Amino acid sequence: MTATQDAPTTEPRLEIGRDRRRKEDQRLITGRTKWTDNIQINGMLHLAMVRSPFAHAKITNIDVSEAKASRNVVDVLTGADLAETQGVLINAWPITPDQVTPTHLPVPADRVSFAGEIVAVVVARSQAEARDAAELVDVDYEELPAALDLKEAAADTVLAHPDLGTNKSALWKFDSAEAGTGGDVEEAISKAREGGVVIEREFRQQRLIPAFMEPRSTVVDPTGEQLTMWSATQIPHILRFALAATTGMPESKIRVIAPDVGGGFGGKLQTTPEEWITVAVARRTGKPVKFTETRSESLMSAHHGRDQWQKLTLAAEKDGTVTGLKVELLADLGSYVSLVGGGVPVLGAFMFNAIYKFPAYHFACQTVLTNKTWTDAYRGAGRPEATFGIERIMDELALELGVDPLEVREKNWIKAEEFPFTTVAGLEYDSGNYEAATAKAKEMFGYDELRAEQKQRRESGDKVQLGIGVSTFTEMCGLAPSRVLGSLDYGAGGWEHASVRMLATGKVEIVTGASAHGQGHETAFSQIVADRLGVPFEDVEVLHGDTQVAAKGLDTYGSRSLVVGGEALVKATDKVVEKAKPVAAHLLEANVEDIEFKAGSFGVRGTDAAVSIQDVAGAVFVAHNLPDGMEPSLDSDATYDPINFNYPHGTHLCAMEVDTETGQVKMRKYTCVDDIGNVINPLIVEGQVHGGLVQGIAQALWEEAVYDDSGTLVSASFVDYLVPTAADTINYDVGHNTTPSLTNTLGTKGVGEAGTIASTPAVVNSVLDAIRQFGVKDIQMPCTPERVWKAIQDGTAGATEDTVGAAAAHFDPATDGEGQSQRHDGNSSEGAGQ
Amino acid sequence: MTRIELKVDGATVSDDVEPRMLLVQYLREKLGKTGTVIGCDTSNCGACTVHLDGRSVKSCNVLAVQADGAEVTTIEGLATDGELHPVQAAFHECHALQCGFCTPGMIMQSVDLLKDNPNPSEAEIRVGIEGNLCRCTGYHNIVKAVQTAAGQKTEA
Ligand code: FES
Ligand code: FES
Repeated sequence: MTATQDAPTTEPRLEIGRDRRRKEDQRLITGRTKWTDNIQINGMLHLAMVRSPFAHAKITNIDVSEAKASRNVVDVLTGADLAETQGVLINAWPITPDQVTPTHLPVPADRVSFAGEIVAVVVARSQAEARDAAELVDVDYEELPAALDLKEAAADTVLAHPDLGTNKSALWKFDSAEAGTGGDVEEAISKAREGGVVIEREFRQQRLIPAFMEPRSTVVDPTGEQLTMWSATQIPHILRFALAATTGMPESKIRVIAPDVGGGFGGKLQTTPEEWITVAVARRTGKPVKFTETRSESLMSAHHGRDQWQKLTLAAEKDGTVTGLKVELLADLGSYVSLVGGGVPVLGAFMFNAIYKFPAYHFACQTVLTNKTWTDAYRGAGRPEATFGIERIMDELALELGVDPLEVREKNWIKAEEFPFTTVAGLEYDSGNYEAATAKAKEMFGYDELRAEQKQRRESGDKVQLGIGVSTFTEMCGLAPSRVLGSLDYGAGGWEHASVRMLATGKVEIVTGASAHGQGHETAFSQIVADRLGVPFEDVEVLHGDTQVAAKGLDTYGSRSLVVGGEALVKATDKVVEKAKPVAAHLLEANVEDIEFKAGSFGVRGTDAAVSIQDVAGAVFVAHNLPDGMEPSLDSDATYDPINFNYPHGTHLCAMEVDTETGQVKMRKYTCVDDIGNVINPLIVEGQVHGGLVQGIAQALWEEAVYDDSGTLVSASFVDYLVPTAADTINYDVGHNTTPSLTNTLGTKGVGEAGTIASTPAVVNSVLDAIRQFGVKDIQMPCTPERVWKAIQDGTAGATEDTVGAAAAHFDPATDGEGQSQRHDGNSSEGAGQ
Repeated sequence: MTRIELKVDGATVSDDVEPRMLLVQYLREKLGKTGTVIGCDTSNCGACTVHLDGRSVKSCNVLAVQADGAEVTTIEGLATDGELHPVQAAFHECHALQCGFCTPGMIMQSVDLLKDNPNPSEAEIRVGIEGNLCRCTGYHNIVKAVQTAAGQKTEA
């Protein structure tokens, strides 16, 4: 088995950093995909859900007789029928010890608390028959007043869950003076009122829908020793744990498989009533059962995201140095506190101070229950909201001071030489270079030329005005150090697991606990392993998404797969090499201390003798000639708990043309320079950035989950919920500036959420920048042509009734009810108009 | 039940179907052509796009009985003799897919677009695939893939 090779004369080409085309594409472009809904099993039963049309109502009677009697219907089950057997849906992150948390049953028996809640389940032999019969279920409701408006709900005028006595779920606070991470914000604000600048704004984060393209689907097969569940989920491992914890089934009797999953964006980071119901029916009938939602059901009842009111008070000196930031949030949980629920806005607590050196900071978030679809993570989860707030208000500060928005940012941001830097929110930023990213972005964008054009258009009174929007963002990703999660009362850890298996043929199988749904793990992880083991890229197979194959894992969200999962993989791979060394030494008749591993080959220092890792794997497989006492296996596992988050950042610039006669906005150019540390695969990274950008841009311009006065979701189809099309979007200029992360071996930072987090404020800032001269101070998202046009017309805050309230934040008596920023410099008080 | 006979990806098939059965359901459930997928219930997403007698249609918007006697090509029948269709190859080359759920429909639509207009401008491509939603890619690389398949040079 021993091979002697010449020492390689040229370095082999490294895989890391290469724009490898994706391994997973082949099956996806030829239609050989395994979506959950494709699964058919003999005798499989199908479900259809009967959903409440009311936002809040008592269920007074359910008549299932007609439905039950219809063709091929096996059963019709209500909440009362399912009772205990259905389990319960959990909240994994109670953000305060006294959080008010309504019990969340998959099918409630007595009362519904949002329109779309399931009240009965039809079980039939075909999907069509199940859906037909669902129409025949007759439910009597007694309508109850519904808590719909977030601010009114926060005042407890109408209760979403009367038995709880309040809609206020939890108040979560962070104060830098109390935490010892900074000064007292109230002091900073009073000081600024005396001789500085105070900017007060209230912004609305509208409700969004993740709108992954594959509707959710679940198949449960109860036959066999283990109950097997296939589900279109981002979190097979968490799902298995929660099922075991709430249904009484031992974890070892549950196998969860996430086959090909068609997008998630946080929307499939959930444990759902539909999953629990499918399990309950499968156990009850002893038959395989499938449920696949329609798009309308998905938009209505899969969780929503964002939905906050943000009150921000920024104190600064007259030269633009920020002295304090106070943030007061109202966050709409919807009707239940879902899996991560209230934790989403709390993630934003660490990000409002963004890239800046604010000396004092206060954050308070009140989570509120309403009678709407429950909210949870949507791409960015808490961080886009925070970034929007801070990047909008930094623009307002620049405007107030009459300086370029980039200038005021630079005055306050952490300088390249100041890293590592501990922020006022208590996080240690390991690396970054905001100056370099910004300089590069400005150059790529043609910042000065566009500013010149803007000036010229303004002066000539062009009907098409040009606006330039800025967003310099950072985010924390790579969720998460388990201790930090523990300190925030999150119900799980943040580690990730990986295994590396050396096969007899010299191929390598790796198993990761991260569960991909479009991110390209198969490709990127293969590249990492190919480099570290010196094996061909093609020889690495990545397995994931099945709890029987990848027994341990914490799944995919929070831009964690590469930075946490990738690091676990590095550690497992390194263990393989260490295990192989004594075998190589034995085969080469050398001392272990003299063995060097390089490019897939174990050599003896100072000689030509070498043996490849594949040959070592073969020798271990046959186990004929191993060192005494050696276990015949190179396979290795590693579980990695990150020591810190990592902090990608970037500068995003958007040029927007606004037709002042129609309110139509047209994106002219979008440039971003992101620092995401070392890049494993630039092609995949670019794709993540593009997709992220469009989701963030869509929040700024198009998307909103709109409810009518009775609590019905009006935008419950793709006709009304405006997911952008190719015709709405443009090509993006994506650049990079790299400062490797110091918190993981590969030097990588997360990228999955960056585009979404950064782009929304850049876009809104660009729209406003184009039309500020008309006295426009704010436009509520989405900045539809109608809102933009109205804003231009009425010259003040404009843009729908809601927005009038939003633009003028009359929440501090110190502004004399004017609600706009005031500069107390002896001049007459001026609004932030021009 | 109505008897239909049609050609799907080169093979003749015949079935008794309910008059209300959609072509996409027929393809998926009866024929196991699960490469074609369903993304919505309002004919907005385009995930179900196939070719019916050589033209792209949203197969959720066509009844199976309407396809009687027709020739249907799905994503599964696009490659010939193991050779990817140039549009499939371009999607791979340009990283025009992430989760891949929209991809079959997007590819079928792009093939049809290029058949009509072999050398489309960027704007023509964008409008041409407007009926197909993608939530992952932001369309940038999809547009690039169509340009690449058309033999056009693209910048990064
Ligand atoms: S399934 Fe959405 S258009 Fe056909
Ligand atoms: S690749 Fe996921 S929807 Fe297009």
